[in-house]
Amino acid sequence: MRKEVETKAERAGRPSLRAELGAALGFVERNWYLTKRYFGWEVVFLFYTIVNTLTIALIGVTTPGEAGPKVLYLVVGGLLWGFLSVIFHDVSESVAWERWEGTIEYTFMAPIRRLTHLGGMCMYAVIYGLVRSVVVLGAVALFFDLDLSGANLVGGLVVLAVSSVSFIGLGLIAAVLPLLSTERGSQATHIMEGFILLVSGVYYEIEVLPSWLHPFSVLSPATYTLKAVRMALLEGAPLVDLFPFVGRLLLTGVVLIPLGLLVFSLGENYAMRTGKLKRSG
Amino acid sequence: MVCREVSKTFYERDETLAYLPEYRGLVGRWRYLRTRPTPVRAVDKVSFEIRRGEIFGVLGPNGSGKSTLVRLIATLLLPDAGSVTVFGHDVVKERLAVRRLINRVSVEASFFKKLSALENLRYAARLYGYPPREGTEKALDILERLGFNRRKAFGSLENLSRGMQQKVAVARALFTSPVLLLLDEPTTGLDPRSKREVQDFILEVRETHDTTVLLTSHDMSEADRLCDRVAFMDEGRFVAEGTPSELKETYGRPGGDGTVSLEDIFLEVTGKEWPGEEDV
Repeated sequence: MRKEVETKAERAGRPSLRAELGAALGFVERNWYLTKRYFGWEVVFLFYTIVNTLTIALIGVTTPGEAGPKVLYLVVGGLLWGFLSVIFHDVSESVAWERWEGTIEYTFMAPIRRLTHLGGMCMYAVIYGLVRSVVVLGAVALFFDLDLSGANLVGGLVVLAVSSVSFIGLGLIAAVLPLLSTERGSQATHIMEGFILLVSGVYYEIEVLPSWLHPFSVLSPATYTLKAVRMALLEGAPLVDLFPFVGRLLLTGVVLIPLGLLVFSLGENYAMRTGKLKRSG
Repeated sequence: MVCREVSKTFYERDETLAYLPEYRGLVGRWRYLRTRPTPVRAVDKVSFEIRRGEIFGVLGPNGSGKSTLVRLIATLLLPDAGSVTVFGHDVVKERLAVRRLINRVSVEASFFKKLSALENLRYAARLYGYPPREGTEKALDILERLGFNRRKAFGSLENLSRGMQQKVAVARALFTSPVLLLLDEPTTGLDPRSKREVQDFILEVRETHDTTVLLTSHDMSEADRLCDRVAFMDEGRFVAEGTPSELKETYGRPGGDGTVSLEDIFLEVTGKEWPGEEDV
């Protein structure tokens, strides 16, 4: 009888690599459907991001000296922060969001590995972040006469792709907060996000920060991403000059992703022990 | 499915304390956080077995521990003591294997309500290993059997009645061919007609699928209609168990109208009145 039951379950569950990949794509597809359904909100957020980036870039015009490089410096900061924060936000909010929708229990009892679940969420976050950044860049380019003739665009993209790995790791660590605290976990992720924004030199060089914040700047992967992308776009630095940054970002990602998964799995067990793996209300 | 001496205790702080003057302000808040949480025994040494193909009902008022029991079987909670095995697989040690065997319908249909029924079912199909095309075909087939036209299938789920949403939830659970289906108060809050429709659907499922069902409810007539065997749960414990007719025979003392109802049995075994619909 047990054999018969297992056969039926295996047919239904298909615990294969292909099935896990299919499930990960299921999260991508589901999030795409949700983006379409909340399209009005997407437009509002996109508009806000564009205006925000433009406003920050205009500061470059108002300060003394040649405006072009300063505007580009600030635009790069705005764009990169937009991209990285989308990844961080989408991954870290994945639990809070499902709790709010009321689907958390259904998703967590699905016969898939947590890596598949979170991997799918990360995949969508990266695609979504990239598309959003391209749209914002397009809008900003219409507003300013950005000179990218000497920029190493490929180098910038390589850095961006590598940095997303570290940010996924950070997002995974932050995603555990809504698991641990149903009421305040989500807010805590915003504190973490804000702190990374402060210490990473998004709109200024990290040297202007008080010295006690410098160690945090050194630890933040966003610091290296911003430095490397600015070198690529503003100075046209070749890929070989970007390798030290790429190496650091890769190393950070290699450490943060397994660490994030471990932290998440410990958090999930805690939530299962204390009864916190449930919908809101 | 076998449950052996399963227990689960939660620790909860008395939230009303937070409103007292001595627990206000930063120092008060700190004092409040240091108060000892009170243990609440949600499930207390519960043991039972469900045979294959059976509909087993767990009846009890709100707060009796039914949903906690379901969540323990559904691998969403870790038991403090005891064991639960689903067709030979332990829910703690073989979580993934158990998840392949079960599915669940909860009191609130757990859907992305902005998405359509089809999109929600496609998502479920992906999670349970179906290729996209097969998943879509199967989802459309199910929705057609539920009487959905194309507009309904592609429209946002939030525009459907709760009864219809709950039928989609049961259909989604069956979609994955579960060996054990956990129905946690699937008809609570539904109007009489929708309730009847969902109950008919569960009976249809029983006829057409090789599925074992654990049904929790506080609706005695529903249990009488659907379940092969029932257990009464009160304050985390099973206080009586058997087929409805066995229970009526053993504990039955006819009510005012001369018949024995499950409500009368609950009164007999717990000494408590069965809460009315408005209380649950």
